[in-house]
Amino acid sequence: MGAIDLDDAVLTTRLDAVINWGRKNSLWPMPFGTACCAIEFMSVMASRYDMSRFGAEAMRFSPRQSDMLMILGTITNKQAPVLRQIYAQMAEPKWVVAVGVCASSGGMYRTYATLQGADRVIPVDVYVPGCPPRPETMLYGVMELQKKISRESLSARKEHIERFYASMARQEELQEAKGLSSQQVVREMVVAAGEQGGQQIW
Amino acid sequence: MVIEQIEAQLPGAILDRHDFRGDTTIVVDGARLLEVVDCIFREGFQMLLDVTAVDLETRELRFDVVYHLLNLVSQDRLRIKVQVGEGVALPSLTSRFKSANWSEREVFDLFGIPFTDHPGLERLLMWPDFPGHPLRKDYPLDGGDPFCNQDIGASYAPLARSLNA
Repeated sequence: MGAIDLDDAVLTTRLDAVINWGRKNSLWPMPFGTACCAIEFMSVMASRYDMSRFGAEAMRFSPRQSDMLMILGTITNKQAPVLRQIYAQMAEPKWVVAVGVCASSGGMYRTYATLQGADRVIPVDVYVPGCPPRPETMLYGVMELQKKISRESLSARKEHIERFYASMARQEELQEAKGLSSQQVVREMVVAAGEQGGQQIW
Repeated sequence: MVIEQIEAQLPGAILDRHDFRGDTTIVVDGARLLEVVDCIFREGFQMLLDVTAVDLETRELRFDVVYHLLNLVSQDRLRIKVQVGEGVALPSLTSRFKSANWSEREVFDLFGIPFTDHPGLERLLMWPDFPGHPLRKDYPLDGGDPFCNQDIGASYAPLARSLNA
């Protein structure tokens, strides 16, 4: 029996790289469908475009079992606290794709009813333009997210998510103190942030 | 026609009427709304399709509350308008029409017109402590959201005009 060649038995890599490789190829999408983007998303998951080719096959309708939130449609101010809670409930580490112009920036709806971009209330990683985007565009968005995951450091992602939890605690404190509904508190936080030139509340 | 019937049974209840391309509208005094609705219900208008309102900001009686009714037998349609001022309540039609429930809640939510004897007059669309009534003409379209009106993102409007020229 000869000596074992170490190069045949051992692979060296960085911990971040191998964990991120696993993460990016097993994303579990959670669709938050509120408008026509959700209709377009059906064909993304179906056989013609088929997002399972990118490892994002197991779609779950419970935030507890998923780690990629797809925001598919207009987010109204009334829905903003719901979206925040859904994001808070998701398994860590978690990522967010804002699909379509409504989720990305409010789109054509510049009114009192519409949140001017989901990134005002939760951290968004990838913005997919279009109204609605074509399925290829959504797939490209997921591919960009995969690239982003493979580059990021584990601790940075953790801190990123913890910043959001801090804003959830702030929201709950304000709710307690002022006795307002969650919608009104999120609305007031967004408006106050905007008046100070800030872009988001997390 | 139903309007002649109402005139005969409740003289003076119809303040005004007009017809436009087969659509009949009557203007009714708010205090006599329930009697008039009972009367036209007996005349066959048994489906309340919609309750909505119009804000005419400069008029003394600021709002028009508009009721759309359908006669299921003859397929005739009738529109009833009631003029009300700021903060003045109207009688709820929920005792006669079940469909008035949510429609009146919507009008209450978006215009701030109260209805008396409504089984649960809460906001329908906006959250309970939302400030203001968004479909009033004096409510700003952006609702005071700084992201809607400041120079965050450039407007496409001037470009669109130059494309049309």
